[in-house]
Amino acid sequence: MFWQQDLETIDRKRLEEVQTGRLQDTVQRIWDNVPFYRDRINSAGTKPEDIKSVSDIKKLPFTSREDLLKNYPFGLVAVPRESIVRVHTSSGTTGKPKAIFFTKNDIDRGAELISRCLVMTGMRKNDVLQNMMTYGLFTGALVMHYGAEKVGVLVVPSGPGNTDRQIALMQDFKTTAIHITPSYALYLSNVFIRKGIDPRKDLNLKRAYLGAEPYSEETRKKIEEFFGIDVFNSYGLSEMNGPGVAFECQEKNGMHLWEDNFLLEIIDPATGEQVSDGERGEMVLTSLCREGMPIIRYRTRDLASVMPGKCPCGRTHRRITRITGRTDDMFIVKGVNIFPQQIENVLMGIKGVAQNYLIVLESLDHMTVQVEIEKELFDGNVTHLVNLQNAITEKLKNEILVKPKVELHEPGSLPASEGKAQRVIDNRTL
Amino acid sequence: MKLKQISVFLENKKGHLLEVLNVLSKAKINIRALSIADTSDFGILRLILPDPDKAAKILSQNKITVKETEVIAVGVSDKPGGLAEALQALNSANLNLEYMYAFVAKSKEKAVVVFRTENINAGIKALKKAGIPMLKAEEIYRI
Ligand SMILES: [Zn+2]
Repeated sequence: MFWQQDLETIDRKRLEEVQTGRLQDTVQRIWDNVPFYRDRINSAGTKPEDIKSVSDIKKLPFTSREDLLKNYPFGLVAVPRESIVRVHTSSGTTGKPKAIFFTKNDIDRGAELISRCLVMTGMRKNDVLQNMMTYGLFTGALVMHYGAEKVGVLVVPSGPGNTDRQIALMQDFKTTAIHITPSYALYLSNVFIRKGIDPRKDLNLKRAYLGAEPYSEETRKKIEEFFGIDVFNSYGLSEMNGPGVAFECQEKNGMHLWEDNFLLEIIDPATGEQVSDGERGEMVLTSLCREGMPIIRYRTRDLASVMPGKCPCGRTHRRITRITGRTDDMFIVKGVNIFPQQIENVLMGIKGVAQNYLIVLESLDHMTVQVEIEKELFDGNVTHLVNLQNAITEKLKNEILVKPKVELHEPGSLPASEGKAQRVIDNRTL
Repeated sequence: MKLKQISVFLENKKGHLLEVLNVLSKAKINIRALSIADTSDFGILRLILPDPDKAAKILSQNKITVKETEVIAVGVSDKPGGLAEALQALNSANLNLEYMYAFVAKSKEKAVVVFRTENINAGIKALKKAGIPMLKAEEIYRI
C-alpha cells in the first residue's frame, strides 16, 4: 500500500525533471533571499541560470555544519520572518546549536513524508504509535508525531525515559508500534527481562521504528526477536526534515530516500568528488522543497552507499544502506581508520556477550574494548571466560586489523544510556 | 555428598571484592571458606557458606554476577598422604579436575579440600570407590 502512489513510484526520468525544476527554484530563492548563499554561489563562479540539470549540482558549493553554526540564528532563512512558524535546534557536541526554521508548508510536507514512510511499513489508522523520542527542540518526536496523525494513527506522545510508565502505556493503550532509539530499545528489553514481561505474549507490538543513532543489523535482529516485531530502519536529520528523509519499506533491505524532496549525492569525504552507486561515502543532501531554510549540498558526515538495483516494492526512489558510521565518529589507532560500528558488529555476533560495550582509546597505538558478559554464560569457570576473551580479541583483530585489549565486565556495569549511548571514550592526550 | 559453592565474577575494579564481602556481611552471612582464582584481567571468587541459595539471591539482588556450582568436599586428616590419595582416586578414574582449594577446620585438626571435577557425580563415585570419606554439607557448615 502507498500513501502517494504516483509520487512514490514516479518514473526515474520524470523524477529527474521534477528534481531539476525544484533545484532551479531552490537556487533562485536562496540567491535572491540569502546573502550568505549568494556570496558563496557567486564565489564558486556560478549563477542560478547555470543550473540546467541535476548534474549541475556540482557547480554549487557545499554547506557544512560550521556554516549553519556561523549563520545562527537567522542567517540562512529565505522567507520573511512572519512566514516562519516553527524552529528546531540541534545541539552538536560542541555546544552551540544549529537552528532550522519551518514554514507551515515545510511542516505539512515533512509530515507527508512521514506518512509515506509509515504506510510503507504497513501502518494503518487502527494502529497505536508510542513515540519515545524526545519532544521539544529535537525534531525526532514532533515530525514523526505530525506524520502519524496525518495517517490517522493514534499517537501516544510518551517521550523517552520513565520506563515503568512506558510499559504501563504500552499495556493500557495496546501500543502496536514504537518510535525509539536503538539503545533505549535494548535497555527496555533488559527491563522486560527483569520484570518477567514477555513482549511477544504480554504486549500488542507489531513494529518499531529505530532511528537517531546508528546500529547494526545484529542489533536489529536481537530487538526483532526479543519483541517479536518488525524493526524498520529510519534515517533523518534535522537539517533536512528530521526523520522521514529515508525509510525502509517492508523488504527491510535499504532505506528509500525521498528523492523528489531531497537531492542525494554520495561523495568521497576527502576529495568531495561524487562516487558511484554501491560505493561507500559521505551523504550530501540538498533540500528541494524547503521554503523556510533551504540548504544545498549539505555535508551530513554520515557514511552510507546507494544500493544499486530496483526494489521489489515498486518504489522508484533509490535506497541507501544503513549508516555505517559518521565521518566524525571515526578514530585512528595504529594508523588504521576504525568505526565504532565495526566493533559493534563483531560483538553482536559473539555468543555470551551482552549488548553494552565501551571503546576506550588509551594512546595512538592502544585501545581497550570493554564488553559485558551475559549473566547466563557465567558458570564460574575461569577457562571458559579466558577462552571468550581470546575469541573476542581474535575476531576484533580480524575485523579492524588492530589487536585491542579486551576487558570482561559484569552484566549491567557498563553505561547503557536511555538516550544516545556514548560508545567511545577518548583518553588520549594528543 | 555434593556441596553448593558460590562463584562470583570479579571484574578488574578496585574495591570489588570488598563490595561483595560487605553485601554478605550486611546480610549477616558467615563465610566458611574463600578462594580467588584470577587472571590479569578478572577473577572468580569462590565461597563456601551456610546458606548458598540465600547468599546467591542477595548477591544477585545487589547486581553481582553469581553462579551456584556443585563441588565435593573431602576431609583430609593430619596424616601423610591424605590429599594425595584423593587426587590419585580422581586421576585413576580419568577425571578432569577443574580446580581445588583447601581450608582448615577451626575445631578439628582437619583440613577440608574442595574439588570441582567436570563431572561431579563421576568424581563422587571415584572417591567413594577409593574409600575416601566425603563431607556432607551440614558437616562443613558445622565446622
Ligand atoms: Zn522498497
